[in-house]
Amino acid sequence: MTRTPTSTHDSLARELARRDAAWWRDLAARLAVSIGGVSTILFIVAIFAFIGSQGFEFAWNRLSWSELFFGTRWEPTVSPPTYGAWAMIAGTAWITAVAMLVAVPLSFCAAVYIGEFATGRRREWLKILVELLAAIPSVVWGVIGLQVFNPMIQSVFGVQIGLNVLNAGLILGLMAAPIMTTLAEDALKAVPDSYREAAEALGATRWQVIYKVVLPHARPGLSAAVLLGIGRAFGETIAVLMASGHTLMAPGSVFDSAATLTATIAAELGEAAVDSDHYQALFVLGLVLFFITFAINLLADRIVRGRRRS
Amino acid sequence: MTPSQRLRALAWITVAACASACFGGKRHYQEVRNLGSDTMLEVAGAWAEAYDKLTDHIVVSVSGGGSGTGIAAMIVGKIDLANSSRKLKKEELARARSNGSDPIEHHVGYDGIAIYVHKDNPLRSITMAQLKALFGDGGELQRWSQLGVDLGPKDDHIVFVSRQNNSGTYEYFRDAVLGGNRGRFKLECRNMNGSKDVVEVCGKVRGAIGYSGLAYANPSVRVVPVQRGPDDGAITPSDDTIISGEYPIARPLFMYTNGQPRGATKEYLDWIKGDAGQRVLRDHGYPPLRKLD
Repeated sequence: MTRTPTSTHDSLARELARRDAAWWRDLAARLAVSIGGVSTILFIVAIFAFIGSQGFEFAWNRLSWSELFFGTRWEPTVSPPTYGAWAMIAGTAWITAVAMLVAVPLSFCAAVYIGEFATGRRREWLKILVELLAAIPSVVWGVIGLQVFNPMIQSVFGVQIGLNVLNAGLILGLMAAPIMTTLAEDALKAVPDSYREAAEALGATRWQVIYKVVLPHARPGLSAAVLLGIGRAFGETIAVLMASGHTLMAPGSVFDSAATLTATIAAELGEAAVDSDHYQALFVLGLVLFFITFAINLLADRIVRGRRRS
Repeated sequence: MTPSQRLRALAWITVAACASACFGGKRHYQEVRNLGSDTMLEVAGAWAEAYDKLTDHIVVSVSGGGSGTGIAAMIVGKIDLANSSRKLKKEELARARSNGSDPIEHHVGYDGIAIYVHKDNPLRSITMAQLKALFGDGGELQRWSQLGVDLGPKDDHIVFVSRQNNSGTYEYFRDAVLGGNRGRFKLECRNMNGSKDVVEVCGKVRGAIGYSGLAYANPSVRVVPVQRGPDDGAITPSDDTIISGEYPIARPLFMYTNGQPRGATKEYLDWIKGDAGQRVLRDHGYPPLRKLD
């Protein structure tokens, strides 16, 4: 320090007296960054307000919530219309469950291989390819479901139609796997190398190191990866619409066709007259979906935070 | 800017100005705004394209969005011509009247709804009552053997292929086959999101039966002739049987204008209803208003 500080008051005054280009730039940068930061919150609130306002009048006056959650018939264009979303809630749950059965082993194996076994250039290539897989548009996955998986499921399992829970679950699992792989690999990377070295020094094999030391330590991060994968699977729309067969009946097995909340909104919103009961009912479905994904993300966040604290 | 840079910039501006003058199309044209039914979107586009080649003073812009969307836009005067695969509903007419608009209906063609099965399915014909028992809620037909069709044990279960519940085809089929707007489909119907998807599933699934526009037929499916009653003849959907009204599941296609059409809209509409326009319609697989040679 060359300059001796006089008092805080004086330094503040000097600070305020300074109005050069750097000061203005600093101000602009700070403003831009904070607007960017706050805008996320604004968007979330605005989206929530929009969805809520579009469906509010119907939800408040005419919708029976017990019918919405437990009613089995979704027939908004028949008179009298019925708004039972149980089949879609069940379909969403079934398809997401199958997707996770596919994605969890696949992405965890990939993450362990990339994080623990692959080295050097191979590892970099694998990471790039995994990220590339995440960039495939969902409509392409839908076409794969329609044209490739449909006949494949028909001939392998000997079922009549391959547009079903299994097909949609496979597609969603493959779609969610890349992001889960990336997140899981991050979680593995966060385990300090000293832990691995200690285990190896004790004579553990590589698999023992991974199984007994790395994976347990990375568990919160891995759980967060699974939850975000679930969120991804829940929210996916067009691929599911194309691959699931879109039957508005709760499935009884993976070979039954099913419909999801997202796919129903996508299929019907385009032709529902604005502010009609049907239109508003679809926004209520959107609200249900919003709360489910919100809860999942909150849970994932909690788990990750829990890891950081410990 | 150096002089040479300035010169280059000037050259580019000249080129751009020339290009917009040469390729910018018709300078003094009238626009006909055409919007509505997704069913009619393809043929509406074909009409606009064919008409564009004929004239140099009228430009037709076409978009879809559904019959309801088109009619709503026509009522508030946003567009000149609304495509609709159904008649105006009572509420829509009331809304139009209260808005001071006077919708006029123009019949421009037909759409036949064909019953599709897999090409291996030997089903000879089907009655309207059987269709209701197939697709209608509580209908007793669940197995092909009930219809006397042997597809083997694996494909005996009937796979019903339907449309999403706000498509015009869904509404038309429900009204015509399931008995009005109170008719309900079986819950296990697969609700496809497009006319083509229905036909595609029928072509891939041996035990499937579905309904979709006649224009979407392809070699992997068979179109099943329909009988009005058990004693009536089986009618194959075709231009002739649909124009004559013999085939029971066909609907008229409409365009609506706000008041009597005038100017460019009238010219365009007259061309559509004329032989040239009707030929375009027929070439896209829709039955025309009258027999053409």
